[in-house]
Formats: sequence, C-alpha cells, structure tokens
Amino acid sequence: MERKTKVNAEEGKQELIITREFDLPVRLLFKAYIVPEIVEQWMGTKVLVLESRAHGSWRFETSDPRGNVVFRANGVIHEFVPNQRITRTFEMEGTPFPVQLEFLEFEALTDDTSKLTMHIVFKSAEFRDQLLQLPFAQGLNMAHNRLQEIANKLK
Amino acid sequence: MNLRRDVFQAIADPTRRAILLLVASQSMTAGAIASNFDTARPTVSKHLQILTECELLEKEQNGREIYYHLNPKKIKEIADFIEPFRELWDDRFNKLEAIMKQYK
Repeated sequence: MERKTKVNAEEGKQELIITREFDLPVRLLFKAYIVPEIVEQWMGTKVLVLESRAHGSWRFETSDPRGNVVFRANGVIHEFVPNQRITRTFEMEGTPFPVQLEFLEFEALTDDTSKLTMHIVFKSAEFRDQLLQLPFAQGLNMAHNRLQEIANKLK
Repeated sequence: MNLRRDVFQAIADPTRRAILLLVASQSMTAGAIASNFDTARPTVSKHLQILTECELLEKEQNGREIYYHLNPKKIKEIADFIEPFRELWDDRFNKLEAIMKQYK
C-alpha cells in the first residue's frame, strides 16, 4: 500500500511535520476537524469540548473498555480560518510532556483532493523524540499486558 | 548486514520482545530469563545472543553471574523509531478519509 502519511523529523530539531494528501475536497477534510462526532470516530477518542473558533478550547478523553480514563488532552485554539488554518496548543494531562504548539494548514489541491500539513513545535528536541517513541513504548506495554493476561490464566 | 535491519529482526520475534520486556525493569541472569519460558534453554541463549549482538541487551559480570540488562540508548536509536508514530497517524487519517467520503 502506498504510504500517504509522511512524518518529517529532522535530527536535533524541536519540531516535526506531518503531511497527508486526501481524496477529499478541502471543505470535507476541514469538517472532519470541527464536528465533534466525526472527530470522535477517526481519532478514537471522546470529545468533551471542541470550540472551533479563535480563543476557543478543546478537550479529549479516551477510556479503556472498563471505563477507566487512560488518556486526556486539552488545548486552546489561537487561530481559526475555515478551510485553511487551525493553530492550537496540545497538552496531555497527567504526563511530564510540556504543551506543544500545532499549526494545521488545509490546502485544496484540486476540487476533489486536498492536503493537510501539521507542523508541531515542542519545548525541546528531547521531548519531541520522547513523544515519537510513545507508540513504540505503548506497543511494548500492550505486548506486556497480553503476556500478563496469559500468565494469569495459567496460574 | 545492515544493522538497522538486524535490530528490527531482533524485535520482530515475540520471544525476543518478551525477553526485552522482562529485563526492562531489572537485570537478570540467563537462567532467570529462561525460567520464564517453556522454550529449551539453548533456544533462549540463542535469543540472548542475538539481542546482545545487536546491542539491545548488555552483559554485565557480577561475581560468577552474568546479568543482562536493556541498553536504553540502543532502544532509543531503533533507527526508524518514527515508524510507529507515522502508522498511528496514517491509521487515523485513513479512517478520516473513509468517514468523510460518505459525506461527498
């Protein structure tokens, strides 16, 4: 399968850039970022607050199947230009990660295709690298949990 | 052989991943590690050798015993450590695209 999503993280820099082209008109791409019910579907999280306007705020929450909250994040929206740009902060609650700044640029390529550029600025290059490793660490944790479950069954 | 591929081959094996998890929290001897698996001891030794060769594990002599522990620097270096992050976003964006096509 073609790799549509690209992540560019230059060595030693405190920023990273995610780009992706979509077979969607830019207005539908943008809509996916502002309608809470849609955001919930593709982000796999619950949207507690999403005020899509300048000086608005947002807050997402993810629970495990037992209902325990495993992830909560929030931020404020600094700039909101429909079908063009969202500038916002992103902070994971209850973690040592400092707030990060996100510049989302929405661009029409043709009438039916569009491009998203997500430029994320971190407090330091070290925090960026730690964040990049999170999915890997979570993968290990999940493997660990499965091992634990199997081990418990054998007891 | 390409070192990067070695590392990924090393972590592609479920037993070797389980070994990495075991020693993530504490240094362990080969015997202690092997006691966690049904696999024959020589097989575990082979896994330890592979993990040590690609520097994911480090050996430390302590008296008569050799202890294995994780080399966090190497884990960090796992060259394409961006890949799981990229896949995470790729999955999300694939979903976004599929959902929004219904609105066309």
